[in-house]
Amino acid sequence: MAVTYTSGEQVEVYRFSIPATILIPLTAVFLQAWLPLRFPFFTIFDLPLLVTIGFATARRSPLAGLLTGSAIGILQDALTHHPIGLYGISKTVVGFGASSLGIKLDVEHAGARFLLTIVFYAVHEVVYFMISRGLVGLRMAWTWPHELLSGIANAMLGVLVFMLLDRVKQRT
Amino acid sequence: MDVLGRYRNLIVLVGVLFAQVLGLAVQVKRTTDSEPTRLIRVWAVGAVTPLEEALHWVQTSTGNVWHNYFYLRGVRAENRNLKQQIERMSLEQVRISQDADQARRLQALLAFKEQFISRTLAAQVIGSSGSELSRSVYIDKGESDGIKPDMAVITADGIVGKVLRVYRSTSQVLLIDDQTSGVGAILDKTRLQGILRGTPAGEVVLEKVMSDEAVPPGELVLTSGGDGIFPKGLLVGRVTKVASGSELFLNIRVRPAADLSKLEEVLVVTKIDERQAQPIQAGAARAVDILAERLPTVPSKPENAVKADTPGAVAPGTVAPKGTSSDAKPKAVSPGAAAGSGAPAARKTASSPSSSGAASGTSSGTPVVTPSGNAATATGTPAVKVSPKSVKAKAPTTTTTAPEPPPAVEDSPH
Repeated sequence: MAVTYTSGEQVEVYRFSIPATILIPLTAVFLQAWLPLRFPFFTIFDLPLLVTIGFATARRSPLAGLLTGSAIGILQDALTHHPIGLYGISKTVVGFGASSLGIKLDVEHAGARFLLTIVFYAVHEVVYFMISRGLVGLRMAWTWPHELLSGIANAMLGVLVFMLLDRVKQRT
Repeated sequence: MDVLGRYRNLIVLVGVLFAQVLGLAVQVKRTTDSEPTRLIRVWAVGAVTPLEEALHWVQTSTGNVWHNYFYLRGVRAENRNLKQQIERMSLEQVRISQDADQARRLQALLAFKEQFISRTLAAQVIGSSGSELSRSVYIDKGESDGIKPDMAVITADGIVGKVLRVYRSTSQVLLIDDQTSGVGAILDKTRLQGILRGTPAGEVVLEKVMSDEAVPPGELVLTSGGDGIFPKGLLVGRVTKVASGSELFLNIRVRPAADLSKLEEVLVVTKIDERQAQPIQAGAARAVDILAERLPTVPSKPENAVKADTPGAVAPGTVAPKGTSSDAKPKAVSPGAAAGSGAPAARKTASSPSSSGAASGTSSGTPVVTPSGNAATATGTPAVKVSPKSVKAKAPTTTTTAPEPPPAVEDSPH
């Protein structure tokens, strides 16, 4: 069993096969674009964000995390009509943060994953909000109840997504 | 080197973020139509939309099977309801068409130019942007189908948005509830104009309406045509809430007529024509009609005073053949009646035993043909049914001066 040692803690590092690395983010972006047509409430979820967090915490490599987050974010940006980079920057930060945190914390338990997702959802929204207003000049409305509800909903879905990712991740 | 290795991740993070911020700045700064990110968007859309189209095809195919084979139970009742609805709408249409005719006449007088949708293209909605901050959808028609940016997208219920980006076989449509959209709108009754915009929360508001105006909730909102994208008069939605806004303007909330969250099929307006309004003509003006209008009228005689054998007597709404010896000048001429008047067939009908016995001889010329193809005597007696055989063979013998040949009517065989 491959084990990495960080700060005296034992944490396992996983990898994903190339097809999984390509298809899972693509599927997440596709579902994010397709499901809201059938289920309008689905727009409160951010499936690509959950995949970014899931990949980052499993790989525990900040470099891989930020590059994965960047790629997924840019792909997501390309489907919107906003300038490319809004989701890209946000998910780059989240990918880097989640993988850095994954090195130090045990994120194998559902409770830890739930909290981690809420925290990184908030980080993602804050970064997106700041860039949208500061750099692009979009009118953004920050509503705490909506953000809180979305965070909890994403965290619940995130636990399920991480369980699915557990099935395809491989030990290094 | 050791420092670089130690902070490698951080350096890469800063580098990636810097590159993206730079890219954002370039996109925001650039105001021309050429997009530096076009290639990325084409790749992303090319990767995602085929899956969406395939899934949509599966979904519609399954839906068609359901509708075609299992959903026919209510068709009979639905058909009955639809027939009733058609009857109601037919009555309504009469009134509306009269109003429309009047409006056209007035527009023609004022030399108005009206816009009308001359061509549309039906499209299926196959995907969305996936973000509640970017309210746009993808349709399955693109450049290869003749779609161009800034084309209006509508449904039968109301307007939906405009085409924003066009790809080879798909297009991105910006919905009217997006915060970056803007539609010229006008209130139906008060005729106040404003700009329809989306809010970050996904609501639609009508801006730039002065706060000293009274706008009742429930009023319809239509397109004003001022944006150059939507033709004037399309339904946008209905006012739901009116409140005092910031500065001097009202905050008017509008509920879109089209359900933007459940779009399935839309129409892309691919061609808008502009023409000067013209009143609808009932038909080409004929010399006999114009003549009848200009000639002095003859007071109508009492019914009992009109003898059947009186030459030139004319039934109401009909005209006698001018070639007859009558001096009567008809006042009102119904188109069909005029066309049929004086036709040889009509005169021949006069000798028919089934027709009024008073009408005899070509000199009287009393029988005329009604618009329905029936012959009527000069006294307004019931028409004589004539068969639609051609009378053209006898046409040279007619004495009528009507410029057009009569409808192909012929008397019944004796």
